This record gives sequence, structure tokens and C-alpha cells, in this order.
Amino acid sequence: MTIKEIATLLDAKVVCGKERLDEEHENAFASDLMSDVLTLGDHNPIILTGLCNLQTIRTCEMGNLDIIILVRKKKATEEMIEMAEEEGMVLMECNYSMFKACGILYQAGIQAIY
Amino acid sequence: MHLEYQVYEADFVNAGSASSSIKKTLKQLNINPAIIKRVVVALYEAEVNAIAHAYGGTITADIDANKINIKVVDKGPGIPDIDWAMQEGNSTASPEVRDMGFGAGMGLPNIQKNVDKLNVQSTVGVGTSVEMEVNFK
Repeated sequence: MTIKEIATLLDAKVVCGKERLDEEHENAFASDLMSDVLTLGDHNPIILTGLCNLQTIRTCEMGNLDIIILVRKKKATEEMIEMAEEEGMVLMECNYSMFKACGILYQAGIQAIY
Repeated sequence: MHLEYQVYEADFVNAGSASSSIKKTLKQLNINPAIIKRVVVALYEAEVNAIAHAYGGTITADIDANKINIKVVDKGPGIPDIDWAMQEGNSTASPEVRDMGFGAGMGLPNIQKNVDKLNVQSTVGVGTSVEMEVNFK
């Protein structure tokens, strides 16, 4: 599924990385705990999270996780957008709850990594 | 190549900047991305620990053709029971640290999973030294 299709399904606003909308992705992981995000080994899934601060971006940078969906109406700060842009990430904001956003993506065929 | 960084207590805004810098250096050296990920995940966990749990400290990294050796030496308060701290789920993190998405008691165990050699030494009242090594091949 393309990033553009994911954004449409989630009615999400892409705040950075618009040039990557045609990329295809198959896997996602959802957590508010960055400690968990750092345990994904070789996997590089799309990240859904309600944690909205600079460490969200930093953690994803360390884990080579470059597509981040902020759920629960969280809005990225300017500093977050700036850091995400520097790292070439896709960052989007979604008003849905984590449960709803995950459910929609799972139903549409996005796979869990475990 | 020798790199050195200072980290400061509770400086969450800059937490990860040393790890980010080392990641960029390893990329420039064309190290395998899967190995870079192991290095920076372990280093980032240790960097956050020094900022979240300690009174800051120093990160040094020595890179040669075969491996990276990293030492994160903090200024205390030290870990009374390293075996306890190495177990998943055990944490003394503050609410502020938990708000940042950390403090689940997974840092040291996750470091161990990602490195080839790990040596943690700690003296209560003095500080903790986390030395880790990752082979490039």
C-alpha cells in the first residue's frame, strides 16, 4: 500500500515527506513506548504512536524507522518537523485513536511484524 | 577514529544527538546498515540512561576497520545492583523519563542484545561505565 493510500485511509495530514507518497509499505508497529520501538531488530515498519515529542523522532531515527503516524490528534512541533525533514522522514498527523488507526490499516492489509 | 561527546543531566532536548552523530559517521564509512542500527540502538539506550538516570557524562567512540568500541561513563549516582538492572522490566526511571517514552526497564537488556561485547561497571556514589563493542563483520 502506498503512503498516500495510508494517509487517505486514516484521513491523516502529511506534515513532512510529501515527496515519498508513492512508496509502498506493508508492515506497521504501534506503541507509545519508545523502549519497545527500539527492540524491533531488522524490521523497519511504519510506526503509529501517540507519543509526540522530539524523542519520538530521535528514536525512529536510531531504529531506521522513517514513516511516523501520530495518532490521537497529536500535532508535531516545529522542532519535530524540522528534525524529521532533516532525516528525510514521512511524518503524519491522524485524529483517530490508536485502536481505530491500527484497525483500519490492518483491515486494509497492512501486516503486523509479530 | 576517536570521537568524544559530553551529555548533561536531564538534557532531554539533546538526548540522542551523540548517537545521531555517530550514526552519520558510520554511514559515511559505508558500514552495513543492519550493523549501524545495532550500534546506534545500543548507544542511544546508553545515552538516554546517562541523561535520565545519571548526572550526565562522557561518550567516547573508537572506530577501526573491524569494530566500534564505545564507552559511556557517567558521573553517578551508580547502580547498586547491576544484575537487577539487567533484567527486563526493572527500572528506577522518574515520571519525566516515562513521559519521554522510556523507563520500561528495557535499556540495559536491549543494549546486551545489540552488541557483541558489553561490560557494565558501577560504583554507588561515583558512577557507571558502560563499555560496548560491535564487530563490523
